[in-house]
Amino acid sequence: MNGAQATQTTGGGDVLLRVRGLKRYFDVSRPLLNRLLEGKPRQILRAVSGIDFDIQRGHTFALVGESGCGKSTVANLVVGLYRPTAGTIEFDGQDLAGLQRRSELAAIRRKMAMIFQDPYASLNPRWRVFNIISEPIRAFGLLKDKQAIIDRTAQLLTQVGLSPEDGQKYPHEFSGGQRQRISIARALASDPRFIVCDEPTSALDVSVQAQILNLMSELQRRLGLSYLFISHDLAVVRHMADRIGVMYLGRLCESAPADTLFENPRHPYTRLLLDTIPDIEMTGRKRVPVAGEIPNPIDPPAGCAFHPRCPRVMDVCRRERPHLRPVADGVMVSCHAVDAPDHSPGTQAAG
Amino acid sequence: MAKPASLQAVHIPLHRRAADALRRAADGDIFYSFIHSPVTVAATAVTVLIILSAVLAPWIAPQNPFDMASLDLLDAHTPPSWMADGNPKYLLGTDDQGRDVLSTILYGSRISLEVGFLSVIFSMVLGVGLGIVSGYAGGWLDAVIMRVAEIQISFPAILIALLTDGILRTVIPEARAEELALTVLIFSIGISGWVQYARTVRSSTMVERNREYVQAARVIGIHPVKIMLRHILPNVMGPVLVIATIHLAVAIITEATLSFLGVGVPPTEPSLGTLIRIGNDYLFSGEWWITIFPSAALAILVLAVNLLGDWMRDALNPKLR
Amino acid sequence: MSEPLLHVEHLRIEFNTRRGTLVAVDDVSFDVMPGEVFGVVGESGAGKSLTGQAIIGLLEPPGRIAAGEIRLDGRRIDNLPYGQMRRLRGRQIGMIFQDPLTSLNPLYTVGRQLVETIQTHTSLNHEEARRRAVKLLQDVGIPAADKRIDHYPHQFSGGMRQRVVIALALCANPRLVIADEPTTALDVSIQAQIIILLKQLCEQYDTAVILITHDMGVIAEISDRVAVMYAGRIVEIGGVREVVKKARHPYARGLMGAIPSLHRRVEKLNQIDGSMPRLTEIPSGCAFHPRCPQAFERCRRERPDLVNVGQSQVACWLYGGSS
Repeated sequence: MNGAQATQTTGGGDVLLRVRGLKRYFDVSRPLLNRLLEGKPRQILRAVSGIDFDIQRGHTFALVGESGCGKSTVANLVVGLYRPTAGTIEFDGQDLAGLQRRSELAAIRRKMAMIFQDPYASLNPRWRVFNIISEPIRAFGLLKDKQAIIDRTAQLLTQVGLSPEDGQKYPHEFSGGQRQRISIARALASDPRFIVCDEPTSALDVSVQAQILNLMSELQRRLGLSYLFISHDLAVVRHMADRIGVMYLGRLCESAPADTLFENPRHPYTRLLLDTIPDIEMTGRKRVPVAGEIPNPIDPPAGCAFHPRCPRVMDVCRRERPHLRPVADGVMVSCHAVDAPDHSPGTQAAG
Repeated sequence: MAKPASLQAVHIPLHRRAADALRRAADGDIFYSFIHSPVTVAATAVTVLIILSAVLAPWIAPQNPFDMASLDLLDAHTPPSWMADGNPKYLLGTDDQGRDVLSTILYGSRISLEVGFLSVIFSMVLGVGLGIVSGYAGGWLDAVIMRVAEIQISFPAILIALLTDGILRTVIPEARAEELALTVLIFSIGISGWVQYARTVRSSTMVERNREYVQAARVIGIHPVKIMLRHILPNVMGPVLVIATIHLAVAIITEATLSFLGVGVPPTEPSLGTLIRIGNDYLFSGEWWITIFPSAALAILVLAVNLLGDWMRDALNPKLR
Repeated sequence: MSEPLLHVEHLRIEFNTRRGTLVAVDDVSFDVMPGEVFGVVGESGAGKSLTGQAIIGLLEPPGRIAAGEIRLDGRRIDNLPYGQMRRLRGRQIGMIFQDPLTSLNPLYTVGRQLVETIQTHTSLNHEEARRRAVKLLQDVGIPAADKRIDHYPHQFSGGMRQRVVIALALCANPRLVIADEPTTALDVSIQAQIIILLKQLCEQYDTAVILITHDMGVIAEISDRVAVMYAGRIVEIGGVREVVKKARHPYARGLMGAIPSLHRRVEKLNQIDGSMPRLTEIPSGCAFHPRCPQAFERCRRERPDLVNVGQSQVACWLYGGSS
C-alpha cells in the first residue's frame, strides 16, 4: 500500500476523509464560585487547535505524538464522540456538521468504525461475544433474520482468526490479543469503509502486536479499508502508514508520506522523536542532547509551542506561531526555521 | 452454497446454557467462600426457613388468626404449652383475643416479608434508575438529583416514611384507605430508601460511562437510554444486590416500627410489628409471650438477613478476593 | 574472571491457590557481574517482575520462593529474616518501580524522603545527608536542586519524578539496583533521557542494574547482557548484541523479528502464532513447543537446559545438550 508516496493529497484524488481547521477546546475552569473567590480566570484546554489532513481511499493515515498532543481527541472528533469547537469534517463528500437527522447520521456512522486501545475495557464484560459483534448489525438494521445474523457473526469471527464457537464465550475468557481481534470483528460488522484505530496495539505484547498489525494490513488489502491510525509508537506507524502527521500540543508539525518522513524529517520535533526513541537496531547514531518535557497543554508557550525545546529556535519562534506549509512533494511542515530561506535545512542526517 | 458445519455451532440452546452457568457457579470462588463460612450457611438456612414458613403459612399454621370465626375468646391469655395452664393446641400461647401466637407470627411474617420485599424492589428500581440517569447524563440533571438525594438523606429514614405515609393518608379518600394501606406503606418505605442505591450506582455509572465499550456503543449511534439499560446496568448491578439484602432487613424493621407506632399496616392484617405493639400492653401484666415471641422472630429474621448481606458484600468485593 | 555480584540459582517461585500450585518462575539461574547492566526481557506473564521481586524480598503472598538460592556477594539473601532483609534493601539493593507517581509518598517532600533513606542506611547526620541529597538531585539532572529538594512529588513532571526515584534508589550507594519497567509509564521522548541517565549514574557509582522490561529498545540501549524469559523460564542469555541481532532460540528470534523497525518497512511482520500459555496450562517439555516452527519430538517430552552456544546460552534442543 505505497500508493500515496508521490501524490500531494490536497484536492483531487479519491479523498475519503477531509478535515480542515479542526478545533476542540475543553473548558476545564474551576467552578464559578471558586473562580470568583480566588480571582482566577477561565481555563481552556486547547486539545486540538486547527488540524488539516486528507485520507485517501484505501490508505492509512497515521497521527503520531506524545501524551497531550491531541491525537486521541482528533480520533474522537472524526468518529463523532465529540463535537468540534470549529472546523469541518467531510466524509465521502458529506459535511458531518451539517447532518442533523438521525437517519443521515446513521448512514454515515455505518461506514465508519472505531477500534480502541484497551482490549480489556473495549468489550462489555457482561455480554457474550456474539452479541458484542452483532450489535452494529442489529443497530443499523443490516440483517433482520436471526440465522443471517448468526452466519454473518461466524463469518466475521473467522475473518479475524477466531472460531465461530467463540461467539458463545465471554470476553474474560480471551487473551488481550484475542480481545482485540473481537474488537476488529465488531468494527467490521457494519461493512465500513473507514476505521479509526486509537492505539490498537499499545497495550499488547510485541509478538501479539505483530499478529494484530498483520491482520489489520491483510484486512485492508482484502476489503479496501482506509485507516486513521493513532499511535505514539513510530516504529509501528512506519510499518502501517502511507502518510504520517506528527502532532505536538494540538497542532500538526509535519505531515508527509511515510518513507519521506523517516528518511528526511524536517521539523525539529520530528527529528527529536526519531533520535530519542530507544532503538533495537543500535546503529550507533549520535544522540542529540535532549532537553525539556512536554509543556502543560492548558498553558502552552507563546509563539511556536515547541520553541523552549527546539535546537533551532529563533527570535520569531517565540513571538509568532508558524503555519503548515508545503515544502516539497507531499511534505507539509509548520516551522519558521524550515520556512526561512537563510536557514536552509542543510545537513539532514539520515534517520 | 452449503454452510460448513462450524458456522452452525454459534447458537447454544438455553437449557444447556443454564446448566453450564450453574456448573460454573458451583465451581466458582463465591460458592467456595459460601460453603466454607458456617455462619453464612446457617444464616441463609434460617432466612430460607422463615421465608418458606411464611409463604406456606396458610397450610402449616395450626390456626388462621384472622378468621374471626375460628377464634375462641375463652382461650385468650393462654400461656405457652410447656408452662402450667398451657394448652398443647396453642404452642406458644394466645393473645388477648384468643389468637394463637405461633400462627400470628407465621401470618405476620408474611406481611412483614411482603412489605419488606416490595419496598426494597421499589427503592431499588427508583434508586438504580435515578442513579444511572444521574451518572450518565451529568450536568444539571445530575446536580438536581443529587441535591434532592442529599436533602433527603439528612433526615432519618423513618421520618421520611412517616411523612410520606401521613401525606398520602390525607390525600387518599377514606373509603379506599383500607385497601390501599399496604401500597401506601410500601411506597413510603420505598421512598425513604432509594438514595443509597442511587449514590452507589451513580459512581459506578460514572466509571463505566468512560470505558471504551460504552464509547464503542456511542460510536455505533446507540440511543443513550439503550446504552444505560443494556450496557451500563448489567455492569453496575453488583453492589446493588448487597445493598438490597441489607436494606431488606432495614425495611422490615422500618415496617415493624411504623406498625408498632400504629401508622403501618391496618389492624386487620397485623404484621410482626403490630403483634409486638399489642403484646407490649400486656408485658407487665405477666403475659410476656405475646410480645417476646414475635420480637424474637423479628430479631432472628433481621439478623439472618444481615449476616447474609455481610457475607455477600465481602464475597463479591473484588479487592478482598 | 571476577566473582558475580548476584548469583541466582535454580530459583523457583510458586503460588498456592485453591486450584493447586502454580509455578510462575521455574528453575531460573543467572549471574550479574559488578557494575554490569543485565536486562531481563519477556512478555507479560513471563515471570520477570516476580524474579526481581524475589531478589529484593518483596514477593507478595501467596507467592513464595519454593526452591533455589539467591546470593549477593556470596551471602545467601533469599532466606533472611525480615529485619535483616529490610536493612539489606536500600543499602545493598535499590529498586525502581514502574510508576513514579506511586513510588514516592505524596505527603512528604522529596528532600525528606531522600534524607530519611540516606540516614537509615548510613551514619551521616542530618546536614550531611541533606547535602548528599542535593548532590544526588543534581546528578540526576534536576535543575535548581537546592530549591526543588523541598518540593512535593506532585510538583514534578513525570520524567522529573522518575529521576527523583532513581536518586532515591541510588542514595545509599547500593551495589545493585533492580529497575522494573522504569520507562514504560513515560513519554517516548523522555524514555531515552531516563534510561541513559540510569546508565551514566550506574557507571559513576559502580552499581549493577537488573533492567526488567518488555521493551527491547530500552534493553538494547543500555544493557550489556540480556536474558529472555518465556513462561517462567530463561530461554536465552547472552551479550545484548548477540541476542538482538543473532538470537538463537526460536522464541527469541521470533520476538526480535516481530518488532517493527524504524528503519525498514516490511510487507508482513514476523509473527509467532498463539500466545504465552497461562500458568495453569504450561505445556510439557519445552514450554514453547506448541508455538515453535521448529519443534520436534524431543521438545514435547523433555525440558531443555541452558547450553553454551557461541557466547550465549540457549535452552533449546536444536542446539543439543543432554537431558
